[in-house]
Amino acid sequence: MSVLVFVEIKNKLRKAAKEAITYGKNLGEVNVVTYGNASNEVLSEMGNYGAKNILVYRKINEPNDQVISKLIFKVAEKLNSEFILLSQDQTGKSIGPRVAAKLEAGHVSGAISLPEVSDDFIVKTNVYSGKAIAYVCIHSDKKVISILPNSIQPVEYKVDPIISEFKEDLGNGRIKIVDLKQLGDGIPLPEAELVVSAGRGLKGPENWGIVEDLAKSLGATTACSRPVADIGWRPHHEHVGQTGVAIRPNLYIAAGISGAIQHLAGVNGSKVIVVINTDPEAPFFKAADYGVVGDAFEVLPKLTVAINNFKASQR
Amino acid sequence: MKILVCISKVPDTTSRINFVDNNTKFDENGVQYIVNPYDEWYALVRALELVEASGGTVTTITVGTSKDDPTIRKALAIGANDAVRIDADPTDSFFVAKQISEYAKNENFDIVMTGKETINYNGAQIGGMLAELLDMPFVSLANKLDVNSTQATLQRDVQGGIEVVEVDFPFVLSASKGMAEQRIPNMRGIMAARTKPLNVIPPTDHNKLTSVVKFELPPSKTGCKYLDSESMDELVELLHNETKVI
Repeated sequence: MSVLVFVEIKNKLRKAAKEAITYGKNLGEVNVVTYGNASNEVLSEMGNYGAKNILVYRKINEPNDQVISKLIFKVAEKLNSEFILLSQDQTGKSIGPRVAAKLEAGHVSGAISLPEVSDDFIVKTNVYSGKAIAYVCIHSDKKVISILPNSIQPVEYKVDPIISEFKEDLGNGRIKIVDLKQLGDGIPLPEAELVVSAGRGLKGPENWGIVEDLAKSLGATTACSRPVADIGWRPHHEHVGQTGVAIRPNLYIAAGISGAIQHLAGVNGSKVIVVINTDPEAPFFKAADYGVVGDAFEVLPKLTVAINNFKASQR
Repeated sequence: MKILVCISKVPDTTSRINFVDNNTKFDENGVQYIVNPYDEWYALVRALELVEASGGTVTTITVGTSKDDPTIRKALAIGANDAVRIDADPTDSFFVAKQISEYAKNENFDIVMTGKETINYNGAQIGGMLAELLDMPFVSLANKLDVNSTQATLQRDVQGGIEVVEVDFPFVLSASKGMAEQRIPNMRGIMAARTKPLNVIPPTDHNKLTSVVKFELPPSKTGCKYLDSESMDELVELLHNETKVI
């Protein structure tokens, strides 16, 4: 079966790309399509996960969704691809539905597991903002599936990839990019495996140093609750929860967050949750694996020391 | 300027989610419905601000049954000029996008807006599908929108950054947090909404590409292990050896 995986590469191969290729390898022989100026060295790294044919379109460097959709559509037509796979990140959200509508293909966005295939083709995805899971049956022959980051473990499978260039000129999209601010090299929240988050219990933005210290010791990404983003203590892109970013890290440490149902919805895909709160009645403890009833100002620095000691002992 | 805002009804954000009929149907018992927050707070309100500043109309569109009418009236109370309801039970995203595109293709809208996702299905699919079906550019996840007479400037979240883009009319956008502030309808708005036009039109026929066969609730935690704030070394040890996440 022909599988086409769309991958976005910025300097290096992201974990999300390896996840998508691994997902594809489970369905058939993997063809990859990408764009930009990635080196052949980075492109061939995809061969470690089973990407056999790699097609790169070098005429654009920016995530121009009309051009990328056209690129995927053209390649999918040519290869008669049955599956089109991509990551459910910002680019995937803007491209997946376009490609699906063009192909009249059933689309599941945010798949959290490999499909269950019997008479039907069924993919699991989060619904109700993480409060439930839906089993979605795709009826069409062609299927477009975007994969939620941190849902599939990348598996090594070495092949010798064939890299070639997509030569045809696809023109310009009608959207003109006038400015692009990079948010830095940190791991974006949806892809982070370790997350340290804090809420109003921290009492003010000037106190975030202890949160950042812990995150730094762990190599974690920082996040926050909605009220904290709303009052401007932290940037909006750090807000996790029902109306913010939904995350599914291996470890989520939450300090000074009570655990309202809207917050839980965004984080309950986390494998392990540690809750630190002064209020023993905080609802978040019910969703936690480990709880510390105590003041974040006291507990976070102690946890940072413990992590540092642990890291030192591992060397 | 002529703006179309797609709105959907969703369970209130504080709803407990349960299922009935062998986990195949959402349990509506005791559930309060609201306009999807991304559709209302950001898309609809920004659309109203734009026509208040420079003239035009805001039409809302919904694919749904008469059960959707109260939430449609709420959107009219906030200030939309009129509403369209395509009289069908929405089956999947493609069905909904197709219905809306069939209506919108002849109406010459300058901007078609959706929320970035609904908080019940979280598919984030309708905007992109509409853009393809209407052959328009799609600005996803926009958190700022300004317009002049021929084009719009938008700020949007992209992978690893924030992008500013310019696009000519017509185009489709999906609105995320930051585009506008929530508005509470006043009594005059609520009274006026009763007599504003809500046009119910029949659906067109389309293939069903996907369907939900069942739902389940995420596995619940087995119980919280409490540690003293003096035992952080023990917590680290548990994270390393018991749950193996560090």
